Amino acid sequence: MGYILILVGTVLVNNIVLSQFMGICAFLGVSKQMKSSVGMGAAVIFVMVCAAVITYPIYKLLEHFEITYLKTVAFILVIAMFVQMVEMIIKKLMPPLYKALGIYLPLITTNCAVLGVTITNVDESYNIAQSVVNAFGTGVGFTLALLLFSGVRSRINDSKLPETFKGVPATLIAASIVSLSFMGFSGLI
Amino acid sequence: MQYLIPVLLFAALGVLAGVLLTVCSKVFAVKVDERLEQLQEALPQINCGSCGYSGCNAYADAILNEGAPLNMCKPGGAESAGKLSEIMGVETEHPEQEVAFVRCSGNCNVTQHKYVYDGSQSCRASNRYYNGSKVCTSGCLGYGDCVEVCPSGAISIVDRIAKVDKNKCVGCGLCAKACPNSLIVIRRKSQKVDVGCKSTAIGKITHSVCENGCIGCRMCEKKCPNGAIKVENNFANIDYSKCDGCGQCAQACRLGVIKLT
Repeated sequence: MGYILILVGTVLVNNIVLSQFMGICAFLGVSKQMKSSVGMGAAVIFVMVCAAVITYPIYKLLEHFEITYLKTVAFILVIAMFVQMVEMIIKKLMPPLYKALGIYLPLITTNCAVLGVTITNVDESYNIAQSVVNAFGTGVGFTLALLLFSGVRSRINDSKLPETFKGVPATLIAASIVSLSFMGFSGLI
Repeated sequence: MQYLIPVLLFAALGVLAGVLLTVCSKVFAVKVDERLEQLQEALPQINCGSCGYSGCNAYADAILNEGAPLNMCKPGGAESAGKLSEIMGVETEHPEQEVAFVRCSGNCNVTQHKYVYDGSQSCRASNRYYNGSKVCTSGCLGYGDCVEVCPSGAISIVDRIAKVDKNKCVGCGLCAKACPNSLIVIRRKSQKVDVGCKSTAIGKITHSVCENGCIGCRMCEKKCPNGAIKVENNFANIDYSKCDGCGQCAQACRLGVIKLT
Protein backbone atom coordinates (compact mmCIF):
# COMPACT_ATOMS: atom_id res chain seq x y z
CA MET A 1 0.00 0.00 0.00
CA GLY A 2 2.81 2.34 0.92
CA TYR A 3 4.38 1.83 -2.51
CA ILE A 4 1.15 2.63 -4.32
CA LEU A 5 0.83 5.80 -2.27
CA ILE A 6 4.36 6.80 -3.23
CA LEU A 7 3.60 6.09 -6.91
CA VAL A 8 0.37 8.11 -6.97
CA GLY A 9 1.99 10.84 -4.95
CA THR A 10 4.94 11.27 -7.31
CA VAL A 11 3.09 10.84 -10.57
CA LEU A 12 0.10 13.07 -9.87
CA VAL A 13 0.16 14.98 -6.60
CA ASN A 14 3.77 16.06 -6.36
CA ASN A 15 4.52 15.89 -10.06
CA ILE A 16 8.18 16.75 -10.42
CA VAL A 17 7.69 19.28 -13.21
CA LEU A 18 4.24 20.68 -12.62
CA SER A 19 4.21 20.86 -8.82
CA GLN A 20 7.86 20.95 -7.81
CA PHE A 21 9.17 22.92 -10.80
CA MET A 22 12.23 20.79 -11.38
CA GLY A 23 13.50 19.81 -14.81
CA ILE A 24 11.76 22.75 -16.48
CA CYS A 25 14.59 23.11 -19.00
CA ALA A 26 14.16 19.61 -20.37
CA PHE A 27 10.39 19.97 -20.06
CA LEU A 28 10.31 23.01 -22.33
CA GLY A 29 13.10 21.84 -24.61
CA VAL A 30 11.87 18.39 -25.57
CA SER A 31 8.09 18.77 -25.50
CA LYS A 32 7.91 20.09 -29.05
CA GLN A 33 7.08 16.68 -30.47
CA MET A 34 5.26 13.69 -29.09
CA LYS A 35 7.96 11.29 -30.33
CA SER A 36 10.91 12.99 -28.71
CA SER A 37 9.01 13.40 -25.45
CA VAL A 38 8.50 9.64 -25.25
CA GLY A 39 12.23 9.05 -25.82
CA MET A 40 13.15 11.66 -23.27
CA GLY A 41 10.67 10.27 -20.76
CA ALA A 42 12.08 6.76 -21.11
CA ALA A 43 15.61 8.08 -20.61
CA VAL A 44 14.56 10.04 -17.52
CA ILE A 45 12.83 7.04 -15.94
CA PHE A 46 15.91 4.93 -16.62
CA VAL A 47 18.38 7.45 -15.22
CA MET A 48 16.25 8.23 -12.17
CA VAL A 49 15.89 4.58 -11.17
CA CYS A 50 19.62 4.01 -11.65
CA ALA A 51 20.43 7.15 -9.69
CA ALA A 52 18.18 6.07 -6.81
CA VAL A 53 19.89 2.70 -6.63
CA ILE A 54 23.41 4.02 -6.85
CA THR A 55 23.06 6.95 -4.46
CA TYR A 56 21.63 4.75 -1.72
CA PRO A 57 24.96 3.09 -0.73
CA ILE A 58 26.74 6.41 -1.28
CA TYR A 59 24.50 8.08 1.26
CA LYS A 60 25.13 5.25 3.72
CA LEU A 61 28.84 5.87 3.20
CA LEU A 62 28.42 9.60 3.85
CA GLU A 63 26.35 8.85 6.94
CA HIS A 64 29.08 6.57 8.22
CA PHE A 65 31.65 9.39 8.02
CA GLU A 66 29.05 11.92 9.24
CA ILE A 67 29.47 14.20 6.25
CA THR A 68 25.93 14.07 4.89
CA TYR A 69 26.04 17.82 4.21
CA LEU A 70 28.15 16.93 1.16
CA LYS A 71 25.46 14.76 -0.34
CA THR A 72 24.66 17.14 -3.23
CA VAL A 73 28.22 17.14 -4.52
CA ALA A 74 28.65 13.42 -4.02
CA PHE A 75 25.37 12.62 -5.75
CA ILE A 76 26.12 14.77 -8.77
CA LEU A 77 29.53 13.20 -9.15
CA VAL A 78 28.26 9.66 -8.83
CA ILE A 79 25.22 10.10 -11.06
CA ALA A 80 27.19 11.82 -13.82
CA MET A 81 29.86 9.14 -13.77
CA PHE A 82 27.34 6.36 -13.67
CA VAL A 83 25.29 7.65 -16.59
CA GLN A 84 28.41 8.13 -18.70
CA MET A 85 29.36 4.55 -17.95
CA VAL A 86 25.91 3.18 -18.72
CA GLU A 87 25.89 5.11 -21.98
CA MET A 88 29.12 3.43 -23.08
CA ILE A 89 27.86 0.02 -22.06
CA ILE A 90 24.55 0.18 -23.87
CA LYS A 91 26.24 1.68 -26.92
CA LYS A 92 28.27 -1.50 -27.14
CA LEU A 93 25.79 -4.09 -25.97
CA MET A 94 22.38 -2.73 -26.96
CA PRO A 95 22.62 -0.50 -30.05
CA PRO A 96 18.82 -0.26 -30.56
CA LEU A 97 18.33 1.02 -26.99
CA TYR A 98 21.24 3.40 -27.50
CA LYS A 99 19.60 4.76 -30.62
CA ALA A 100 16.34 5.28 -28.77
CA LEU A 101 17.82 6.93 -25.69
CA GLY A 102 21.14 8.07 -27.16
CA ILE A 103 20.74 11.81 -27.54
CA TYR A 104 18.68 12.20 -24.38
CA LEU A 105 20.93 10.37 -21.96
CA PRO A 106 23.74 12.94 -21.74
CA LEU A 107 21.14 15.71 -21.65
CA ILE A 108 19.78 14.60 -18.30
CA THR A 109 22.88 13.42 -16.44
CA THR A 110 23.05 16.57 -14.39
CA ASN A 111 19.42 17.57 -14.60
CA CYS A 112 18.08 18.90 -11.31
CA ALA A 113 15.05 16.60 -11.52
CA VAL A 114 17.33 13.57 -11.24
CA LEU A 115 19.18 15.08 -8.31
CA GLY A 116 15.85 16.12 -6.81
CA VAL A 117 14.66 12.51 -6.66
CA THR A 118 17.75 11.33 -4.82
CA ILE A 119 17.51 14.21 -2.35
CA THR A 120 13.83 13.42 -1.74
CA ASN A 121 14.76 9.80 -1.08
CA VAL A 122 17.22 10.96 1.55
CA ASP A 123 14.89 13.54 3.10
CA GLU A 124 12.03 11.07 3.42
CA SER A 125 14.52 8.41 4.62
CA TYR A 126 13.15 5.84 2.20
CA ASN A 127 14.67 2.37 2.10
CA ILE A 128 16.06 1.04 -1.17
CA ALA A 129 12.77 -0.41 -2.46
CA GLN A 130 10.86 2.76 -1.62
CA SER A 131 13.59 4.82 -3.28
CA VAL A 132 13.29 2.86 -6.49
CA VAL A 133 9.50 3.19 -6.49
CA ASN A 134 9.79 6.90 -5.79
CA ALA A 135 12.31 7.36 -8.62
CA PHE A 136 10.22 5.34 -11.03
CA GLY A 137 7.07 7.27 -10.15
CA THR A 138 8.84 10.58 -10.55
CA GLY A 139 10.12 9.53 -13.95
CA VAL A 140 6.64 8.46 -15.01
CA GLY A 141 5.31 11.80 -13.74
CA PHE A 142 7.90 13.62 -15.81
CA THR A 143 6.96 11.60 -18.90
CA LEU A 144 3.27 12.25 -18.29
CA ALA A 145 3.88 15.99 -18.01
CA LEU A 146 5.99 15.95 -21.19
CA LEU A 147 3.38 14.00 -23.15
CA LEU A 148 0.49 16.18 -22.02
CA PHE A 149 2.40 19.32 -22.73
CA SER A 150 3.53 18.22 -26.17
CA GLY A 151 -0.17 17.93 -27.03
CA VAL A 152 -0.80 21.42 -25.69
CA ARG A 153 2.13 22.79 -27.64
CA SER A 154 0.98 21.37 -30.94
CA ARG A 155 -2.28 23.26 -30.36
CA ILE A 156 -0.37 26.45 -29.55
CA ASN A 157 1.57 26.14 -32.79
CA ASP A 158 -1.66 25.93 -34.77
CA SER A 159 -3.30 28.91 -33.15
CA LYS A 160 -3.17 32.56 -34.01
CA LEU A 161 -1.31 34.47 -31.32
CA PRO A 162 -0.42 38.12 -30.87
CA GLU A 163 3.13 38.71 -32.03
CA THR A 164 4.44 39.42 -28.52
CA PHE A 165 3.22 36.10 -27.16
CA LYS A 166 4.64 33.88 -29.89
CA GLY A 167 7.19 31.28 -28.87
CA VAL A 168 8.47 31.13 -25.30
CA PRO A 169 5.93 33.45 -23.60
CA ALA A 170 2.93 31.45 -24.82
CA THR A 171 4.70 28.22 -23.89
CA LEU A 172 5.40 29.41 -20.36
CA ILE A 173 1.83 30.61 -19.85
CA ALA A 174 0.50 27.29 -21.14
CA ALA A 175 2.89 25.45 -18.81
CA SER A 176 1.59 27.39 -15.84
CA ILE A 177 -2.01 26.58 -16.75
CA VAL A 178 -1.20 22.88 -17.10
CA SER A 179 0.54 23.15 -13.74
CA LEU A 180 -2.59 24.74 -12.23
CA SER A 181 -4.67 21.84 -13.48
CA PHE A 182 -2.37 19.44 -11.65
CA MET A 183 -3.06 21.33 -8.43
CA GLY A 184 -6.46 19.63 -8.58
CA PHE A 185 -4.78 16.40 -7.51
CA SER A 186 -3.53 17.92 -4.29
CA GLY A 187 -6.27 16.45 -2.10
CA LEU A 188 -5.79 12.93 -3.45
CA ILE A 189 -3.61 11.54 -0.66
CA MET B 1 40.43 15.14 10.88
CA GLN B 2 36.96 16.50 10.12
CA TYR B 3 38.34 18.21 7.03
CA LEU B 4 40.59 15.40 5.97
CA ILE B 5 38.00 12.66 5.69
CA PRO B 6 35.69 14.44 3.21
CA VAL B 7 38.65 15.53 1.08
CA LEU B 8 40.12 12.06 1.00
CA LEU B 9 36.73 10.48 0.38
CA PHE B 10 35.99 12.75 -2.54
CA ALA B 11 39.46 12.30 -3.96
CA ALA B 12 38.94 8.56 -3.76
CA LEU B 13 35.52 8.85 -5.39
CA GLY B 14 36.95 11.02 -8.16
CA VAL B 15 39.83 8.66 -8.84
CA LEU B 16 37.49 5.70 -8.79
CA ALA B 17 35.15 7.42 -11.25
CA GLY B 18 38.06 8.30 -13.52
CA VAL B 19 39.45 4.78 -13.49
CA LEU B 20 36.03 3.23 -14.06
CA LEU B 21 35.25 5.51 -16.99
CA THR B 22 38.64 4.93 -18.59
CA VAL B 23 38.31 1.19 -18.26
CA CYS B 24 34.78 1.32 -19.64
CA SER B 25 35.74 3.44 -22.61
CA LYS B 26 38.47 0.91 -23.45
CA VAL B 27 36.41 -2.21 -22.85
CA PHE B 28 33.23 -1.00 -24.47
CA ALA B 29 34.79 0.97 -27.30
CA VAL B 30 32.64 0.81 -30.42
CA LYS B 31 34.48 0.95 -33.71
CA VAL B 32 32.98 3.61 -35.92
CA ASP B 33 33.96 3.58 -39.56
CA GLU B 34 35.70 6.91 -40.10
CA ARG B 35 34.12 7.18 -43.52
CA LEU B 36 30.73 7.51 -41.84
CA GLU B 37 31.63 10.88 -40.39
CA GLN B 38 33.05 12.03 -43.74
CA LEU B 39 29.87 10.93 -45.49
CA GLN B 40 27.76 12.80 -42.97
CA GLU B 41 29.81 15.93 -43.55
CA ALA B 42 29.44 15.63 -47.32
CA LEU B 43 25.66 15.69 -47.02
CA PRO B 44 23.86 19.00 -46.52
CA GLN B 45 22.39 18.01 -43.11
CA ILE B 46 18.99 19.57 -43.68
CA ASN B 47 17.29 16.19 -43.13
CA CYS B 48 14.64 16.72 -45.79
CA GLY B 49 14.17 13.01 -46.40
CA SER B 50 13.90 13.23 -50.18
CA CYS B 51 16.50 10.46 -50.52
CA GLY B 52 14.01 8.07 -48.96
CA TYR B 53 15.84 7.76 -45.64
CA SER B 54 14.84 9.40 -42.38
CA GLY B 55 17.65 11.94 -42.50
CA CYS B 56 21.14 12.73 -43.72
CA ASN B 57 22.82 10.54 -41.12
CA ALA B 58 20.53 7.62 -41.89
CA TYR B 59 21.39 8.01 -45.59
CA ALA B 60 25.11 8.10 -44.81
CA ASP B 61 24.67 4.94 -42.78
CA ALA B 62 22.77 3.29 -45.65
CA ILE B 63 25.50 4.18 -48.14
CA LEU B 64 28.10 2.57 -45.94
CA ASN B 65 26.24 -0.51 -44.75
CA GLU B 66 23.55 -1.23 -47.32
CA GLY B 67 25.26 0.00 -50.46
CA ALA B 68 22.65 2.67 -51.18
CA PRO B 69 23.17 4.64 -54.41
CA LEU B 70 25.25 7.77 -54.04
CA ASN B 71 23.13 10.10 -56.14
CA MET B 72 19.97 10.17 -54.06
CA CYS B 73 20.57 13.51 -52.35
CA LYS B 74 18.57 16.15 -54.17
CA PRO B 75 19.52 19.25 -52.16
CA GLY B 76 23.23 18.40 -52.34
CA GLY B 77 23.00 17.65 -56.06
CA ALA B 78 26.19 17.21 -58.03
CA GLU B 79 28.37 18.63 -55.28
CA SER B 80 27.29 16.12 -52.64
CA ALA B 81 27.30 13.21 -55.08
CA GLY B 82 30.85 14.13 -56.09
CA LYS B 83 32.07 14.22 -52.51
CA LEU B 84 30.31 10.96 -51.67
CA SER B 85 31.80 9.14 -54.60
CA GLU B 86 35.22 10.50 -53.65
CA ILE B 87 34.89 9.13 -50.12
CA MET B 88 33.54 5.76 -51.23
CA GLY B 89 35.93 5.55 -54.18
CA VAL B 90 33.11 4.78 -56.61
CA GLU B 91 32.17 6.66 -59.76
CA THR B 92 28.61 7.85 -59.93
CA GLU B 93 26.40 9.82 -62.24
CA HIS B 94 24.73 12.69 -60.51
CA PRO B 95 21.28 13.85 -61.37
CA GLU B 96 20.57 17.34 -62.51
CA GLN B 97 19.51 19.83 -59.88
CA GLU B 98 15.76 20.02 -59.51
CA VAL B 99 13.55 22.85 -58.32
CA ALA B 100 9.97 23.24 -57.22
CA PHE B 101 7.39 25.21 -59.16
CA VAL B 102 3.95 26.33 -57.99
CA ARG B 103 1.35 25.66 -60.64
CA CYS B 104 -0.94 28.58 -59.84
CA SER B 105 -0.92 32.17 -61.05
CA GLY B 106 -4.12 33.21 -59.31
CA ASN B 107 -2.77 35.98 -57.14
CA CYS B 108 -4.95 38.42 -55.21
CA ASN B 109 -5.23 40.77 -58.22
CA VAL B 110 -7.07 38.29 -60.41
CA THR B 111 -8.99 35.97 -58.13
CA GLN B 112 -11.18 36.53 -55.09
CA HIS B 113 -11.76 34.79 -51.79
CA LYS B 114 -15.33 33.65 -51.29
CA TYR B 115 -15.33 34.06 -47.51
CA VAL B 116 -13.18 35.62 -44.84
CA TYR B 117 -11.16 32.83 -43.31
CA ASP B 118 -10.14 33.50 -39.72
CA GLY B 119 -9.24 30.01 -38.54
CA SER B 120 -5.93 28.24 -38.19
CA GLN B 121 -3.62 29.83 -40.75
CA SER B 122 -2.87 26.75 -42.80
CA CYS B 123 -3.91 25.66 -46.28
CA ARG B 124 -4.79 22.19 -45.00
CA ALA B 125 -7.20 23.59 -42.41
CA SER B 126 -8.73 26.14 -44.77
CA ASN B 127 -9.16 23.50 -47.44
CA ARG B 128 -11.57 21.60 -45.21
CA TYR B 129 -14.16 24.34 -45.51
CA TYR B 130 -15.67 24.33 -49.01
CA ASN B 131 -12.32 23.53 -50.68
CA GLY B 132 -10.63 26.54 -49.17
CA SER B 133 -11.46 30.21 -49.03
CA LYS B 134 -10.45 30.90 -52.61
CA VAL B 135 -13.10 31.16 -55.33
CA CYS B 136 -10.97 28.87 -57.50
CA THR B 137 -11.13 25.49 -55.74
CA SER B 138 -7.87 24.17 -57.17
CA GLY B 139 -5.71 27.26 -56.70
CA CYS B 140 -2.99 28.18 -54.23
CA LEU B 141 -4.62 29.10 -50.92
CA GLY B 142 -1.65 31.13 -49.80
CA TYR B 143 -1.57 30.21 -46.10
CA GLY B 144 1.93 28.90 -46.51
CA ASP B 145 1.97 25.23 -45.56
CA CYS B 146 4.77 24.89 -48.09
CA VAL B 147 6.65 27.84 -46.59
CA GLU B 148 6.64 26.09 -43.24
CA VAL B 149 8.11 22.81 -44.43
CA CYS B 150 10.73 24.31 -46.74
CA PRO B 151 14.15 23.55 -45.24
CA SER B 152 15.95 26.20 -47.27
CA GLY B 153 13.56 29.14 -46.91
CA ALA B 154 13.01 29.29 -50.68
CA ILE B 155 9.25 29.77 -50.66
CA SER B 156 7.50 33.02 -49.88
CA ILE B 157 3.91 34.18 -50.20
CA VAL B 158 3.72 36.97 -52.78
CA ASP B 159 0.31 38.49 -53.53
CA ARG B 160 -1.29 35.62 -51.60
CA ILE B 161 0.20 32.83 -53.67
CA ALA B 162 3.33 30.80 -53.01
CA LYS B 163 6.42 31.68 -55.01
CA VAL B 164 9.60 29.61 -55.19
CA ASP B 165 12.99 31.28 -55.29
CA LYS B 166 14.83 29.04 -57.76
CA ASN B 167 18.22 30.01 -56.47
CA LYS B 168 17.42 28.93 -52.94
CA CYS B 169 15.30 25.87 -53.77
CA VAL B 170 17.06 22.56 -53.21
CA GLY B 171 14.44 20.39 -54.90
CA CYS B 172 13.71 18.15 -51.93
CA GLY B 173 9.97 17.99 -52.69
CA LEU B 174 8.71 18.49 -49.13
CA CYS B 175 6.51 21.37 -50.29
CA ALA B 176 4.92 19.19 -52.97
CA LYS B 177 3.84 16.78 -50.24
CA ALA B 178 2.55 19.58 -48.01
CA CYS B 179 0.32 21.24 -50.60
CA PRO B 180 -3.29 20.06 -50.15
CA ASN B 181 -4.07 20.91 -53.77
CA SER B 182 -0.91 19.19 -55.10
CA LEU B 183 0.02 22.35 -56.98
CA ILE B 184 3.77 22.06 -56.62
CA VAL B 185 5.79 20.11 -59.15
CA ILE B 186 9.46 19.21 -58.92
CA ARG B 187 11.26 19.58 -62.21
CA ARG B 188 14.73 20.00 -63.69
CA LYS B 189 16.31 23.38 -63.07
CA SER B 190 17.31 23.89 -66.71
CA GLN B 191 13.72 23.49 -67.84
CA LYS B 192 12.46 26.73 -69.37
CA VAL B 193 8.66 26.52 -69.44
CA ASP B 194 6.08 26.16 -66.70
CA VAL B 195 2.31 25.90 -66.71
CA GLY B 196 0.93 28.26 -64.09
CA CYS B 197 -2.46 26.65 -63.55
CA LYS B 198 -3.96 23.36 -62.53
CA SER B 199 -7.67 24.15 -62.56
CA THR B 200 -9.80 21.13 -63.44
CA ALA B 201 -12.95 23.15 -64.05
CA ILE B 202 -14.04 23.75 -67.66
CA GLY B 203 -12.55 26.75 -69.43
CA LYS B 204 -15.50 29.04 -68.97
CA ILE B 205 -15.72 28.55 -65.23
CA THR B 206 -11.96 28.77 -64.75
CA HIS B 207 -11.84 32.03 -66.65
CA SER B 208 -14.75 33.47 -64.70
CA VAL B 209 -12.99 32.94 -61.35
CA CYS B 210 -9.41 33.70 -62.40
CA GLU B 211 -8.08 35.71 -65.34
CA ASN B 212 -4.78 33.84 -65.22
CA GLY B 213 -6.30 30.37 -65.37
CA CYS B 214 -5.76 27.75 -68.06
CA ILE B 215 -8.93 27.31 -70.12
CA GLY B 216 -7.73 24.19 -71.89
CA CYS B 217 -7.79 25.68 -75.42
CA ARG B 218 -5.12 23.23 -76.60
CA MET B 219 -3.14 25.85 -78.51
CA CYS B 220 0.03 24.79 -76.71
CA GLU B 221 -0.67 21.15 -77.42
CA LYS B 222 -0.89 21.86 -81.15
CA LYS B 223 2.21 24.06 -81.24
CA CYS B 224 4.53 21.80 -79.28
CA PRO B 225 6.96 20.17 -81.74
CA ASN B 226 7.83 17.36 -79.34
CA GLY B 227 4.35 16.35 -78.27
CA ALA B 228 5.29 17.07 -74.68
CA ILE B 229 2.09 18.94 -73.75
CA LYS B 230 -1.19 17.20 -73.14
CA VAL B 231 -4.37 18.96 -72.06
CA GLU B 232 -6.10 16.67 -69.60
CA ASN B 233 -8.82 17.58 -67.12
CA ASN B 234 -9.00 21.05 -68.67
CA PHE B 235 -5.45 22.13 -67.95
CA ALA B 236 -2.16 21.81 -69.82
CA ASN B 237 0.37 19.35 -68.52
CA ILE B 238 3.99 19.33 -69.63
CA ASP B 239 5.85 16.04 -69.82
CA TYR B 240 9.30 17.27 -68.89
CA SER B 241 10.98 14.14 -70.17
CA LYS B 242 9.98 15.16 -73.72
CA CYS B 243 10.12 18.96 -73.43
CA ASP B 244 13.22 20.61 -74.85
CA GLY B 245 12.34 24.09 -73.68
CA CYS B 246 11.82 25.65 -77.12
CA GLY B 247 9.24 28.04 -75.68
CA GLN B 248 6.72 27.86 -78.58
CA CYS B 249 3.95 26.94 -76.17
CA ALA B 250 4.55 30.10 -74.16
CA GLN B 251 4.19 32.16 -77.33
CA ALA B 252 1.04 30.33 -78.31
CA CYS B 253 -0.68 30.73 -74.96
CA ARG B 254 -2.98 33.73 -75.23
CA LEU B 255 -3.63 34.00 -71.49
CA GLY B 256 0.01 33.79 -70.52
CA VAL B 257 -0.54 30.69 -68.38
CA ILE B 258 2.54 29.06 -69.80
CA LYS B 259 5.55 31.09 -68.80
CA LEU B 260 9.13 31.27 -69.91
CA THR B 261 11.48 31.43 -66.99
